[in-house]
Amino acid sequence: MSNSEQTSEHLHPHAHAKHHHGSAALYVRTLVALLILTAITVGASYIDFGAGNVVIALFIATIKATIVALFFMHLRWDKPVNAVIACAGFLFLGIFLMFDFIDFGSRDGLRPVNWDGKLPIETVAPATSGAAPAAEKK
Amino acid sequence: MEQQFDTSKIGMWLFLATEVLLFGGLFVGFGLMQARYPQEFIEAHEHLQRPLGALNTVVLLISSFTMVMGVLSAQRGDKKKVVMFLVLTILCACIFLGVKYFEYSHKFEEGLLPPRWYHAQSTDTVRDAAGNVSHGYGTFFAFYFMMTGLHGIHILVGIFLLSWIAVRAHRGEFSKAYYTPVDLVGLYWHLVDLIWIYLFPLFYLIK
Amino acid sequence: MENAIKSQTRIADRPRPKINYLNATHGIWSWMSTVDHKRIGVMYLVGVLGAFFVGGMFALLVRLTLLTHDHMLFGRLLLTADAYNRVFTLHGVIMVFLFIIPSVPAALGNFVLPLMLGAKDVAFPRLNLASFYLWCTGAILAVVGMIFGAIDTGWTFYTPYSTTTNGTVTLMTMAVFILGFSSIFTGINFVATVHKLRAPGMGWFDMPLFVWGIYSTAIIQVLATPVLGITVVLLMLERVFSIGIFDPKLGGDPVLFQHFFWFYSHPAVYIMILPGMAIISELIPTFSRKTMFGYRAVAYSSVSLALLSFIVWGHHMFVAGQSQLATVIFSALTFLVAIPSGVKMFNWLGTMYKGNISLETPMLYAISFLLLFAIGGLTGIFLGTLSVDVHLTDTYFVVAHFHYVMMGGTVIAFIGGIHYWWPKMTGRMYSEKWGRIACTLIFIGFNMTFLTQFILGSRGMPRRYYNYLEQYQPLHAFSTVGSWVIGLGMFMTAAYLLASLRKPMDAPDNPWGGTTLEWTTSSPPIEHNFEEQPVLTKAPYDYRPETVAH
Repeated sequence: MSNSEQTSEHLHPHAHAKHHHGSAALYVRTLVALLILTAITVGASYIDFGAGNVVIALFIATIKATIVALFFMHLRWDKPVNAVIACAGFLFLGIFLMFDFIDFGSRDGLRPVNWDGKLPIETVAPATSGAAPAAEKK
Repeated sequence: MEQQFDTSKIGMWLFLATEVLLFGGLFVGFGLMQARYPQEFIEAHEHLQRPLGALNTVVLLISSFTMVMGVLSAQRGDKKKVVMFLVLTILCACIFLGVKYFEYSHKFEEGLLPPRWYHAQSTDTVRDAAGNVSHGYGTFFAFYFMMTGLHGIHILVGIFLLSWIAVRAHRGEFSKAYYTPVDLVGLYWHLVDLIWIYLFPLFYLIK
Repeated sequence: MENAIKSQTRIADRPRPKINYLNATHGIWSWMSTVDHKRIGVMYLVGVLGAFFVGGMFALLVRLTLLTHDHMLFGRLLLTADAYNRVFTLHGVIMVFLFIIPSVPAALGNFVLPLMLGAKDVAFPRLNLASFYLWCTGAILAVVGMIFGAIDTGWTFYTPYSTTTNGTVTLMTMAVFILGFSSIFTGINFVATVHKLRAPGMGWFDMPLFVWGIYSTAIIQVLATPVLGITVVLLMLERVFSIGIFDPKLGGDPVLFQHFFWFYSHPAVYIMILPGMAIISELIPTFSRKTMFGYRAVAYSSVSLALLSFIVWGHHMFVAGQSQLATVIFSALTFLVAIPSGVKMFNWLGTMYKGNISLETPMLYAISFLLLFAIGGLTGIFLGTLSVDVHLTDTYFVVAHFHYVMMGGTVIAFIGGIHYWWPKMTGRMYSEKWGRIACTLIFIGFNMTFLTQFILGSRGMPRRYYNYLEQYQPLHAFSTVGSWVIGLGMFMTAAYLLASLRKPMDAPDNPWGGTTLEWTTSSPPIEHNFEEQPVLTKAPYDYRPETVAH
């Protein structure tokens, strides 16, 4: 029987390596920081910075995310491999995003156009109509 | 065993990376559509209730706090506190879902739905010559439902996992030497919070 | 050859253990509930080979339909156009998702990886079993989908056709979603295993190159597959709820689907080829009795291939409506991704040079791989060249290219690997004579079938077409005959492999003189793989006489 999934650590009471982690006080401080940042980002959204709003909002979101990852998720004290894995996820997502924006951004404009270069008539199927253009489902 | 713990953590982080990419795909789609329909997205987001979104953000942040306190308690071998913090986390999750239910009902009532069912709002300015609204409005809500919906499903799964861990903790299955499942579920829960940290500004706050 | 086998019988002259992983426990339930990576590997092997059989039958049917211009056989219409579309779609879906993506990692990787690392099992044995059951679930859903009308969209499910056509698209895409998670869990398992479960003395650069290849594959499985997951979810939502993101009439963009789809599916083809290359990296040093030339280069090339595979997906979309700028960038990057493959080719050849080569069946497959993958890889460069691709895209040239790399590459390597590890897995030797005959047949048949298709494609025959111009008929007929030769070779292989199972278990521990850790344990291994935790004391592929003789 394969037993590499042992779960009976309490049979081995010898002290194993101390897992570094934060103290309760640190976690409280972290929560407060996150709440403050939330307040800031909500407040900023009531002010019109134009295109800057997106940047500010995402910037603050990233700070919050980093704080959660470092402290709540223990990356601050873990072996580096975990942080590498986390970063890899975001990095490859970024690659997907970047190339897609290169494609969509360098077409003749993001909105679809008709042959005559004008925006198409955009019609919405009326909510009451049951007949959809799409054929049989499933 | 130290090696077991480390290995489990690596496994969990790998899984979290897959979740980042799963949700990330939706974020990419959202971003592209937002670039295509900027005016529509700005107008559409006015229909979202910012205070409710902010409340949910605060609730989830608190739940992340209670979760990490639960892990800390497990590291200290304090069984009662583990259960308490896990229950608090579940409570926060339920509040979150309650608020979401309220928000969803509002959307359905107002007809703020994907393009096929979208009800034109009086405040929608982007229209064609015949007066039909642009698809951008419906597209905003299509993404709203897809992303908050998928997130909500993850919250539900999280509630289930948290309950399972709470039961096990109550039974005394964890100790100073072995609390790996608490830690792993904690990581999952923090990821759910992380996703919302990005969802919130993109949907509720962007002008 | 016989001498080579006999002189490498046992490291120490120990008796064959009576109890091994196959007979340790009995009964169906002991297999269905196993967490032993070796048993899981065997179950996967049976599963994926079953899928290969079904997919292969569909392939033969496709080729048979194209044998004659009017699709008639013995005076009867073989398939209608609609049925034909479904058959080639199913061929693709089964081969890609049920066979080739799991094949090497889940079947051979599961079995061999822990043994090579000197470990008792993978990092998460129960997750491993879960992966297998997810595969089974996906397979069942796919079969149900096939019974209830199947799909005719091509394995690539492009919108808007896939959102509007009849057929069981939702069911099949659900199967793909589940199979994706099977793949993800396998990837998670392998990354963790390689990081944490290596034997004492085994640093990263002491690992066998098969492990490097599987590890690189696992990275792709973890990072790319989730995007496939969200893609099929979006497709299902589009189909069932008309969510509108791929439908221009509702403000969406069909090219967006293609971006989503190929972000996974390009790295996916490296999920397919990297394990095949990993096998070749084992076969060549062993059967050349020589250390791997440029071990580190091959190791690095595996990882870099995995990472680079993520930045070239747009080369599937050159004529899809992608912007010119993006197209040019992707074409340039595609050239980059050929470099690590080239590095491997030269290192393999460098290993063989002045080696003591013996031509057992696994080595015949390895050499076939070198030839066939070279052709496949080079034609990939032709297709990556923008100006050429505009003419060759969606023709049989593409079909020939990917069959050369997937079948001439991965499948050939897979079969070679099955033969290589057959004695380890089953405790028996297969018939060398029939092995060589079958390999020759497969090699000849393969080239008959697919070299022809390069010609067909460059002369303008489009892919996925039911009706074709009369002038293409002779080439189509030749290709079809080639498919029969492949079929014969495959059936022959199945026959002698199965026949070997009726012989008594008398395979040596190390019939090939391999230097990696799996050859130090019995054939077949005991349940816990090794009697004692092995400690690695030598460099990989050390064939110096003084090391081998111990």
